Amino acid sequence: MRRPIFVMRGGSALAVRRRSAEGFAFLSPVVIVLVVTVGGPLLFTLAISFTSASFLGTLADLRIVGLRNYVTVLTSTSFQHAFIVTIEFALFTVTAEMLLGLGTGLLLAEEFPGRTLLRVLLIVPWAIPTVVNAITWRLIYAPDFGALNALLQQTGVITDYRSWLGDPSLALYAIGVADIWKNFPIVGLIVLAALQTAPRDLYDAAHVDGAGIFRRFSTITLPHIAGPLMVALILRTIDTIKVFDIVWVMTRGGPFSSTKPMSMLVYERTFSNLESGIGSAIAFIITLVCLVFIIAYTRLLKRQSRSA
Amino acid sequence: MRRMAILTAAGLLAIVVLAPVIWLMILSVSSTADIYTVPLRWIPSDWDLSRYGRLLAPDPSGNTSPFLLALRNSLIVGVAGTVAALAISAPAAWHISRAHAGEGLLHVMVGTYMLPQTVMALPLYVMLSSSGLLNRPAGLVIVYLGFLVPFTTWLLKTGFDQVPRQLDEAARVDGLGAFGIMVRIGIPIARASIATTALFALLMAWDEFFYALLFTSNAAAKTVTVAIVDFTSGRVSDYGLVAAGGVVAALPPVLIGVLLQRHLISGLTAGGVKG
Repeated sequence: MRRPIFVMRGGSALAVRRRSAEGFAFLSPVVIVLVVTVGGPLLFTLAISFTSASFLGTLADLRIVGLRNYVTVLTSTSFQHAFIVTIEFALFTVTAEMLLGLGTGLLLAEEFPGRTLLRVLLIVPWAIPTVVNAITWRLIYAPDFGALNALLQQTGVITDYRSWLGDPSLALYAIGVADIWKNFPIVGLIVLAALQTAPRDLYDAAHVDGAGIFRRFSTITLPHIAGPLMVALILRTIDTIKVFDIVWVMTRGGPFSSTKPMSMLVYERTFSNLESGIGSAIAFIITLVCLVFIIAYTRLLKRQSRSA
Repeated sequence: MRRMAILTAAGLLAIVVLAPVIWLMILSVSSTADIYTVPLRWIPSDWDLSRYGRLLAPDPSGNTSPFLLALRNSLIVGVAGTVAALAISAPAAWHISRAHAGEGLLHVMVGTYMLPQTVMALPLYVMLSSSGLLNRPAGLVIVYLGFLVPFTTWLLKTGFDQVPRQLDEAARVDGLGAFGIMVRIGIPIARASIATTALFALLMAWDEFFYALLFTSNAAAKTVTVAIVDFTSGRVSDYGLVAAGGVVAALPPVLIGVLLQRHLISGLTAGGVKG
């Protein structure tokens, strides 16, 4: 049902003025917090990205360099590499999380013994802090005494222990697996929640009409869960574009920068190399990429709240 | 046939989800000899619970263990951040729910919540260092409000939307103002969703790593996420000790997560999935 947001309220000018004064009092604490912790810093970083600022430099050192930092960043191989790493990580993890999540949701919609318990278990990976997840998988991948090497060797898949996180061609995907493990269950629970509101009688009618399982999935199930699935897709994509924590803990971006995403480049440039202007420009490029998805997300939310 | 497939898939799913967690717990109680052997022993021959003691007990000279300090800091930052976020966002959430004004603000907030932390890091660092709040739990609380407040405003607003409007009218007739109605009617009736919101906020603050890594560098302020990552970056790291730290750090959020299970989905799709 559409909520009557646009209905005129109040009446007299006095009532309107009182209402807006009241609105100001109720909203201002939130606005102050947002200006201090988000809006202000965002503008500060934007301004710094047009200067030659260094982290320890005094304000006197600032020289306005226009778009030079952006040109430097976009043409540098380190940024281009970090951009590709980030996209590769996002594509791998988000695709796998969506597919596994979809499968998990469809499975949990079935009746079987232990279903309730399994649903509770799926909360565990989500609830484990990202940092603990990263540490757990680092221990699993450990080259000398790790569980993965032991498992694969004892089952005859590999003969010699391997360094999963030390191999530039494997490390990013090894981190990806850890990220997928943490996040696919929650996508599954989102799908399940959407499935539980699916129209039962439509299925029965389709069944009577002789629609096969794939036809029923594509014409009834998929359209019904498309909204929530889209929300999950956008949120996961934004999260992976920003990825930092899990990579920092598992590889610090190595070996040979093979797992270094854009966020880590910001950290290095701003706080280690003290090139704050360059770091801020990279941070802003990441923000612009995220913004595309954030706008898509808020549009989707608006549409869903209107049709709810 | 179909039933067999479903049960197999469910069994497989349970193993995939549980195996890493169980492995972490096994490592944390295996004797050092069992951890560092090839071929690996899956079930430890000796149980060794001493690491949990070493994590939490004072050192020989009587100083509080750094890990316990980190747990304390995480608790302080989490509770203070949650309480502050609720106090700041409740009036805004109430106003947006009742007056249908400021919905634009709400959407902007959902957007800011998803901005990368890296873009705010440098200015926040400058702000905290110039006000002497680096390495202080209070400093972390302030920067955490940046992502806690948008989230709590959104969730509280959905909670307040469930409070029947007829009650407002009755209270207004009784002479209560807008603030009075929120305190006397809105908050008591929406207390279940306020509790849910608080638990979510606590979880988010507990898990935060990036700001804590940047803004804390000594034991007086380091949070638990930073403290366990420190364990792993030492030259000689005891896998068992690292695992024990992980188990302790994961325990509170996992308990909260299970408590939240009924509200998980609405909370997540409303404000986003925590990073």
